[in-house]
Formats: sequence, C-alpha cells, structure tokens
Amino acid sequence: MLLLVTLMTLMKNLAMKNNAFTYSRRGVALALAASVTLGAWPTGATAFDVNTARALVDKVVSEINSIIVSGAAEPKMLAAFEKVFLRYADVDIIAKATLGVAGRLASSEQLNAFTKAFQGYISRKYGRRFREFIGGNITVIDAKPLKSYFEIETLATLKGASPFDLRWWVSSKSGQDKFFNLVIEGVSLLTAERLEIGALLDQNKGDLDALIEKLKRI
Amino acid sequence: MTGSQYILFTAVDKRASFARFGSFLRLGWALGFVGFLAACAAAPENGDVRDPNEKFNRKVHSFNIVLDKHLLRPTSSVYGALIPDPVKTSFSNFAANLDGPGDVANDLLQAKIGSATQNSLRFLINSTIGLAGLFDPATPLGLVAKPNDFGATLATWGLREGNFVMLPGFGPSTDRAAVGLAVDIALNPISTLVPDLDPNVVFIAKVANILNERDRYSMTFDSMLYESADSYAQTRLFYLQNRRFALAAGDAIISDAYDPYEEFGYEK
Repeated sequence: MLLLVTLMTLMKNLAMKNNAFTYSRRGVALALAASVTLGAWPTGATAFDVNTARALVDKVVSEINSIIVSGAAEPKMLAAFEKVFLRYADVDIIAKATLGVAGRLASSEQLNAFTKAFQGYISRKYGRRFREFIGGNITVIDAKPLKSYFEIETLATLKGASPFDLRWWVSSKSGQDKFFNLVIEGVSLLTAERLEIGALLDQNKGDLDALIEKLKRI
Repeated sequence: MTGSQYILFTAVDKRASFARFGSFLRLGWALGFVGFLAACAAAPENGDVRDPNEKFNRKVHSFNIVLDKHLLRPTSSVYGALIPDPVKTSFSNFAANLDGPGDVANDLLQAKIGSATQNSLRFLINSTIGLAGLFDPATPLGLVAKPNDFGATLATWGLREGNFVMLPGFGPSTDRAAVGLAVDIALNPISTLVPDLDPNVVFIAKVANILNERDRYSMTFDSMLYESADSYAQTRLFYLQNRRFALAAGDAIISDAYDPYEEFGYEK
C-alpha cells in the first residue's frame, strides 16, 4: 500500500515536471529509495513520513503555481492564495505558539477568540504579500526530518529577483498534515510573529482581550 | 553566501546592500568589541540575541527611521517610477560588478576556491562582454553571483559574532560584521585594480543601487519599519537570523529549530 502511495506521488511529481516546477534528481532518487525501503514495511498508508510531508508541500506549491499561471485578476488571486494558506497551514498551533506564555493563562474562550482574530490578521498581512509570487514559481529541492516534524526545502524564483531559500515546516501532530512555519532565507516567520504578538501584548499592558480587539483592527 | 533576494521578509538583508559602498552584500552594520573564538567558526549561538546596548541602539534605529522616512523612501520611489527597468538593472549590475574583486579576495581568504573561481570568471566576463559590468551575461552562463564579505572571513577565521549593533545609516549589524564592513570599505581591491576609476561614478552607481533596492523591496521594508509593533526588535531578529543562516549555509536554523508541538504538549 505504501509502495503504491509513494509511487503515485512520484508519478505525480514526474508528471508535474513540465509544469511550473522541477525536481532534483536527488529528490527523485530519494523517493525511489524510500518507496523500496518503506514498501517492505507493513506500516499502513497513514504513516507520516518525509514523503507525505513533501507531498503536502508539493500540493501547496502546485496550487500556488496554478493560481499564478491562471492569470486571474489580482484580487481573485489573492483570495485564492488566502484559501490555500487557511487550508494547509495549522493556524491553531501558529496562534498558540505566537501567544506563548500568555496563552497558557488564557481561558478557552479567550484562546478561541484570539485564534480567530489572529487568523484574520495573518491572512490580511501575508495575503497581500502573495502578489509578489505573481510571475514566479517555487521548486521543491529536498525534504528531511527536523525535531518532531519535517523541513521541506524549496527554491522560490520571483520576477526580477534572484532565487531565494524558502523552507516549510510540516507536521501531522494536529491530526492532519499541515505546515506551521515558513523560513525565508533563515528568517522564521513563526518567530517573527511571536515577537510581534508579544510586542502588541506589551502595548496593551498584557491584556489579552485588548490584544484580540487590536488584532481585528490591524 | 548567496546573493539571494527574498520577498516577504528580506528587509534586513536588503538594507545591508545599502551599506555596500565598499564591497559586500550581506555586510552588516556595527562596531565595537570583537571576541576571539578559535574553535568554532560562525557558531550559530542558538538564536541568542546579545544586545547589551539596546537602549542606545534603539536611539540609532529611530534616527535611521527618520532618515528613511524623509530621504531614502521618498527618493527611491521617485527613482523607481522615473527610471526605466532596464536602466535600473544596468546600474545595479554595474554597482555589483565593482564588488567582484572584493568578493574574490574574501573567497581566497576563506579558502573557497570554487567561489573564487566563479566570482573571478564573472568579473572577467561582465567587465568585458558585459560592457564594464552594465550587463550580466555571466548569470545566464551559470556563473551566478556569490557575494562575500570580510565579516564572513572573520567568522571563518573563528571570530565570534559579538553583540548586536545598530549603525547609523547602515542599519543592523554585529560587532564582527561591522569590523568586516569597515575593512571592506577601506580595502576594496577594485580601486587598485582599476586605478583610474572615477570615484564619483562609483558613488553614483552605489546610490542608484541603493535606491533601486529600497524601491523594489518597498513592501518588505515598509512592513518591517512602519507596520510592526516593535520595528527595532523585528529588524534585529531578521538581521541576526538571516546573517547566521547565510554564514552557516543553512545549518543555523536547524540548531535553532523551535517545535511548538513539543511546547504545547502534543503527543509524540
């Protein structure tokens, strides 16, 4: 079963090769080697491994790339990017992580309200930045385990800029395979947002309810 | 190091290029005490932020913001709107090419023979076929730029990063990177190599390049400098993470990896 899944992923990858992105030979070899090794193990198709993590990023990347080539009007594209983000990102853990210690002291109502406000804030903030992807493409380079999750290394080539290193941290701990961080040339967006939310909380004298109201207005 | 340019949050590194009057790309901006560490070169130092002079650095940051708000930002947006794209690209190519010999010198000091060869070939091709560097025929030939700087050389030699420093005009840096910056500016080999190069031409090219970068990455700069709750802390974080990433060639974020699932007690 696993062998089949891996092979299907590989075939999909190869089929997409002519599309907006390409795969390194090393990656293909890795997938092949993994499919052979894992195929020998009767672990079932639900196991979360480097290939499923990579498949998730493949999916996100192919959706982003197809939005880019669709040539739709910009507001439409931005809405589509936001939808991809909300579908494939683990917004719950991102919200918790950015709130940090304050989140542990919060009531579950507060936490829910914060997560909701945070989702709107993050969508608005990064949604408009997605326009910079228009005319570019993202290529999956490599995938490897890191702590309890996987790091998928991609190369983003945008219009009028040198390619840059973009890494996706993917986990299945939420019950679904989702990414919870993007690392751009070494800059962790999760860490940056943790800092930002912390600063906003300070500005509101540690009052979480005030922070939630503030987030709705940013 | 790569000369990569990224979008969402590249600001810090882009600001570094403002600094590149000497040689540079990811040079920084700072000055002070530099500690020696013989054993480990470019230790990522686990995401530490050492900023004992934060109070003063914040004042410098406020000054830099004023400078950007009233001078750099408005000028760059006029430049961006008036100058046609191919001309902008040529000016930036020319400015980058002037740093080629400095990159090679640092490659050699770090015993990076491959990069030294690549940067040398680039400089030769772009200076000749590329008409004094106005064009960049080397990149399509596979010879992409590998910017280097003396701060990276000091890291290779085992010098510690030191404290974070905010330099007036230049922006975020570390003790080590600031010393490197000073050396790169003072000893740029291009002036030895091309003695009759008009310093005014060099200056104008550098300024044009700075305006171009500030304009091209304006969303990133504006987001970091004007839309964040604590622009100083964001600038410092971006600079340090990006600089360590560049020096460690990708290893930095691994040693510094944060796992929120672990923190919030998700099952293993």
